Amino acid sequence: MPTHMTRKATRHVNQNEGLIFEKSSPGKAAWKLPPLDVPEVNTSTLLGSQERKDLGQMPEVSEIEIIRHFTRLSTWNYAIDLGMYPLGSCTMKYNPRVNEVVSRLEGIANGHPYQPEKISQGALRIIKTLSDCLLEITGMDAITLQPAAGAHGEFTGLLMVRAHHESKGSPRKKVLIPDSAHGTNPATAAMVGYAVENLKSNAKGMVDIPSLQAQMNEDVAALMLTNPNTLGVFEQEIHKVADILHAKGGLLYMDGANMNALVGKVRPGDFGVDVMHLNLHKTFSTPHGGGGPGSGPVAVRRALEPFLPKPVPVSKPDGTLAFDYDRPQSVGRVRSFYGNSGMFIRALAYILANGPDGLRQTTEDAVLNANYIRKALEGIFDLPYSSPSMHEVVLSDKVQAKKGARTMDIAKRLIDYGFHPYTTAFPLIVPGAMMIEPTESESKEELDLFIEAMKSIAEEVHEDAEVVKTAPHSTRVTRLDETAAARKPILRWKPESQEPTAKSQ
Amino acid sequence: MRYLPKSPADRTAMLKDIGVATIDDLFAPIPAEYRLNRDLKVPRQMAESEIVDWFRERSRENGENHASFLGAGAYNHYRPVIIDSLISRGEFLTAYTPYQAEISQGTLQSIFEFQSMICELTGMEVANASMYDGSTAAAEAVMMAVRLTGRRSVAVARSVHPEYREVLATYAFHQGMPLATLPFADNGGLDLRSLEDAITTDTACLLVQSPNFFGVLEDVEALAEIAHRKGAMLVVSIAEAVSLGIVEPPRQADVIAMEAQSFGVPLTFGGPYCGVIATREAYVRQMPGRLVGQTTDRSGKRGFVLTLATREQHIRREKATSNICTNQALIALMANIFMTIYGKVGLKELARHNLAKAVYAIEQFGKHANVLFAGTPRFNEFVIQTSEDPYSINSRLLGHKIVGGLPLKKFYPELGNASLWCCTETSTRSMIDTAVGLVAESERSMNGTREENVEEVTR
Repeated sequence: MPTHMTRKATRHVNQNEGLIFEKSSPGKAAWKLPPLDVPEVNTSTLLGSQERKDLGQMPEVSEIEIIRHFTRLSTWNYAIDLGMYPLGSCTMKYNPRVNEVVSRLEGIANGHPYQPEKISQGALRIIKTLSDCLLEITGMDAITLQPAAGAHGEFTGLLMVRAHHESKGSPRKKVLIPDSAHGTNPATAAMVGYAVENLKSNAKGMVDIPSLQAQMNEDVAALMLTNPNTLGVFEQEIHKVADILHAKGGLLYMDGANMNALVGKVRPGDFGVDVMHLNLHKTFSTPHGGGGPGSGPVAVRRALEPFLPKPVPVSKPDGTLAFDYDRPQSVGRVRSFYGNSGMFIRALAYILANGPDGLRQTTEDAVLNANYIRKALEGIFDLPYSSPSMHEVVLSDKVQAKKGARTMDIAKRLIDYGFHPYTTAFPLIVPGAMMIEPTESESKEELDLFIEAMKSIAEEVHEDAEVVKTAPHSTRVTRLDETAAARKPILRWKPESQEPTAKSQ
Repeated sequence: MRYLPKSPADRTAMLKDIGVATIDDLFAPIPAEYRLNRDLKVPRQMAESEIVDWFRERSRENGENHASFLGAGAYNHYRPVIIDSLISRGEFLTAYTPYQAEISQGTLQSIFEFQSMICELTGMEVANASMYDGSTAAAEAVMMAVRLTGRRSVAVARSVHPEYREVLATYAFHQGMPLATLPFADNGGLDLRSLEDAITTDTACLLVQSPNFFGVLEDVEALAEIAHRKGAMLVVSIAEAVSLGIVEPPRQADVIAMEAQSFGVPLTFGGPYCGVIATREAYVRQMPGRLVGQTTDRSGKRGFVLTLATREQHIRREKATSNICTNQALIALMANIFMTIYGKVGLKELARHNLAKAVYAIEQFGKHANVLFAGTPRFNEFVIQTSEDPYSINSRLLGHKIVGGLPLKKFYPELGNASLWCCTETSTRSMIDTAVGLVAESERSMNGTREENVEEVTR
């Protein structure tokens, strides 16, 4: 079916595999417990009517079957380890393996969150060292590592904004959010009890200063801004943005999703940001793992420090570390224990592996890669905003759509060429958006293959758009019926809901 | 820098192709006055061997090789080795959220299996792909009940994990949701008499935990009857997932908010863990978080996709059921593999071992100290009351490389010198006996001291 050659990928045999329940049969087992060294118990006497008699359809399988089951499933996934993952706004960079090794060291992996401080100094030292590094990188004054992901960080940051305004007499009513923002921003504002007011972008794709001036008043608690924004454009008038907000007592919240464009080159604390979150699973290389875990530290200016979630790590006079729970102005807790500690370990290992020179080079390479792609593809694909790109470039399907091939079609065709699609249809201000973020982890060779693939797809659209519109052609399943999935949801396995196995393979 | 795949010549060639002279030309959009013209003050670039050494040192400072009786929402169960073998495969570890279904079937099918097994274990009809942890899952489950009932206030049992209650308070505060905290009775479970009065026509839900923070099983059937009679929902939090192997799940609940850490997830000082929300089919459209559904491709072949996304922030923005985006996918995969390994028979046996260890420990401790709520059905945690401050006892235990139970003074001052202990299948008889021996010694010396003091006064 593919009409063009692809140098990147070749089809190869991969294994079929049913659902684990379909392999189950009574008497198979993948577990063995040691002999019980205490007396046996009579569970029905102990638990009475609360005793569970049966675990229903839980599987019974052997160890080799489990290994094959999950290994086979794994081969159906695309991954950074296989190739470029140009998802804009997601920063799919290399996940160093030493991070995984150090997070599994015995004292770290088995550390209980409530074990005595005396034997928690290692974990506390990791929290403290990472906090210090992140404060230096962001140029902010205080930080919490408690939020479990970026959106959770936004929630925490806005809670602190709210607490700050309340301490001045009124929580204020609304949050300004640019039309190019991530969906989590307005969803978060709503969770914290703020009304959302949209802010238009100007022709350069940046915050429209006159609109901001007109919309800013004493009801506005904060502006949530991503910088560089979701077009990959640095907000050049950021100081004016900050001044306009501050003049009316508002705060500047920065969504740090795109921090990979800034580390070591410029610090949000230096350009007027009051509150920001970071995504350790983007900028700081902790693995995405198919959708998490993440970690969303929130850094703030000194004035907001009293409102940090509790507990807060502190150094004691004897040099040891401890948690301080006595924080009367704290917004409270946003998660049990101290957050996704395992991600702190990985992020810190990444920072140590880089050092100041490596972090700067990383940022430079990320920006270099995005601009290299932009240069090679503009003219072939529409470039809706000509403002300079930082770490990502947003193109559109304007040219190809005339032939009937939309951004999603081109994205799906990329799969046949051995790449993961770019981010489609986002930001919302660009119709048919194609948002490409290569990250620093791509070699020139990989970038050239990607460019070649994109050019080849553009030619295909011209010659025979159908091959693009029906892509992918090389995957184990073709495009899946999402409408049917949503109309009559099947969200769990039941023995009766499955087709015969022949069809299900 | 060893992670960066470019030679200096590559960089020069690329700059030339772009048409700029130096890399700094690409940073020109950043106003000059904000650019950082110095090195960041972070530690210098380290070799891999130095990084490993640095963290080994931290590991040593962090109580390596201690036996522990801590539970309280984070449980020390044995982790079969194949969990890490499998989740370390780059195709799982380094994949993004499975939005592109055609090249994410591995992640999608495994989440579908995870959802199915959670439903099976909890007795619910649908389960999501994960939440951050048990505490945020409980808070979001409560907010779900608020949306479903159109009522505003929430009743919470004081026997719910104190940190879960703190998180709920943070979430509820800015939603303007009044929280009523309900006391526990002498048996350690929620005080049923207080419940009748506490649930009003404005109560959206009752939140309880079972096994509760003291390890005691709540009478879910009775609680559900009272809540439902008054038009409120019942949300049940389960912090110790292994209990589901032997304890009847709270089938009468409307929403279950779970912490799946017990299913093969390392303790790692409190996270990452794995929250899950499970509920009835009728409530699925108010459920937060990602869901995987089964469908077919163009040739009729079975496949899986993320579905019902119209609940989520990337579609609904400020009208979404939650702002959650990234969840705990890889941790859910650990739990999935763990559930698959133990399965129908193993989970029950594992739970039985936990129960047997706890029963033995309770009997032994009971000979020397006061075991609270002793007669109530429970799983693997229990509260003991000592004459001496548990912090002092624990510091002596630490000398034997044993971490004692969690002192409860901070959370429940009225329980005095109480501490919460947990036994799992990893607790050996000898470590239990050693701990019991030290508690017995403490009791003897405290009582002895008291007698001496009495003598002194009389003299």
